Amino acid sequence: MFDDRSPIYRQIAEQIKQAILTGDLQEEEQVMSTNQYAAFYRINPATAAKAFQELVDEGLLYKRRGIGMFVSPGARERLRSQRRERFFADVVEPMVAEARAIGIPLREVIQWLEQREDEEER
Amino acid sequence: MIERIDIDRLTLRYGDVTALDGLSLSLEGGKIYGLLGRNGSGKTSLLSVIAAFRKPTSGDVRINGQPVFENQAITSQIAFIRESGDTVEDTEKVESAMRYAAYLRPNWDAEYAARLLERFEVPTKARIGSLSRGKRSALGIVLGLAARAPLTIFDETYLGMDAPSRYAFYDELLNDYMAHPRTFIISTHLIEEVSRLFENVVIIDRGRLVVHDDVETLLNRGTAVTGPADVVDRFVNGYTVIGTRQLGRTKSAMVYGHLDPEQRAEARAAGLDLEPLALQDLFVHLTEPRGDQS
Repeated sequence: MFDDRSPIYRQIAEQIKQAILTGDLQEEEQVMSTNQYAAFYRINPATAAKAFQELVDEGLLYKRRGIGMFVSPGARERLRSQRRERFFADVVEPMVAEARAIGIPLREVIQWLEQREDEEER
Repeated sequence: MIERIDIDRLTLRYGDVTALDGLSLSLEGGKIYGLLGRNGSGKTSLLSVIAAFRKPTSGDVRINGQPVFENQAITSQIAFIRESGDTVEDTEKVESAMRYAAYLRPNWDAEYAARLLERFEVPTKARIGSLSRGKRSALGIVLGLAARAPLTIFDETYLGMDAPSRYAFYDELLNDYMAHPRTFIISTHLIEEVSRLFENVVIIDRGRLVVHDDVETLLNRGTAVTGPADVVDRFVNGYTVIGTRQLGRTKSAMVYGHLDPEQRAEARAAGLDLEPLALQDLFVHLTEPRGDQS
């Protein structure tokens, strides 16, 4: 279910972030409890709690005493701007490196993107 | 409630064999602990002394500050389930084992026990001696979980159980722990399978403590650094390397110790691949026979 390359709690945090980004989790919506996460992924609840703590520290979730965890207002926009900042380094650079490694000239990549843009505008 | 378990300079000798060698360890209550060690490392000895089944040669175990040995008020709060779940005479039936447990265990949940017996398909009318190894283990699990003891110890209680039954055990353990928080100590060889259930891990070797830490911290301490051999060698110089593997020009070095974000960035910039070590790998290297270490 998880790859072993990063700690499970970080992977859970990433999944929740992804759900916020795509809108599967709306702002002010309640998130499943740590116990539900723990039971679903068969992990210690303290590990699941760590994922939630990380998201609280980043201001993406907040806690309502006795009720549970909720998505913070503005969480989606915050994530979007974080990802936009890292987009070229995280997504475009590896693509350029791959293109170079297999001998696709950047010119061809640009043409492909331009064609794609035309299609989208149509 | 078990607030804490303090093990102080515990030594246990059988004749001239030293099973525990001045082991000290403190555990907080309310967590699931994994106890890992190679065969003969002293796991069962340690658990037997904690559960007051054995008197230590020297040193002591205190629970909430009270010595455990010959202390009925404490031992009634401990459920110790050994590997084959051998808690009752073989000639008894499963249903009588349930009756004894109901009598002996202050928090016994008979309904839960019945549900577990059904889930693990343990026939209640059968004599315990006639059960297969796997069913005996399952019986031990039922006795351990349904006792709802403040301290529950499972000493490799999975022998002969197939994978679906073991996973059923992990699910029951986790759900019952969340519904009724208490302290569990689980010793096991199946490290990868259960490591995610643990909050803390204790590793012992030759009757001594090797490491006690929470799982995530421990996992953060092991990193496999992979890349071109010369680049890897240059990077790991100065770190504790607990093992290496080489395939052609690619080398993988297992580093033990914390790498800070700067060091990680430096490694990535040099084209090295960093991966956390699995608990199993860490365990193997931390308990390797010393003669094999370079």
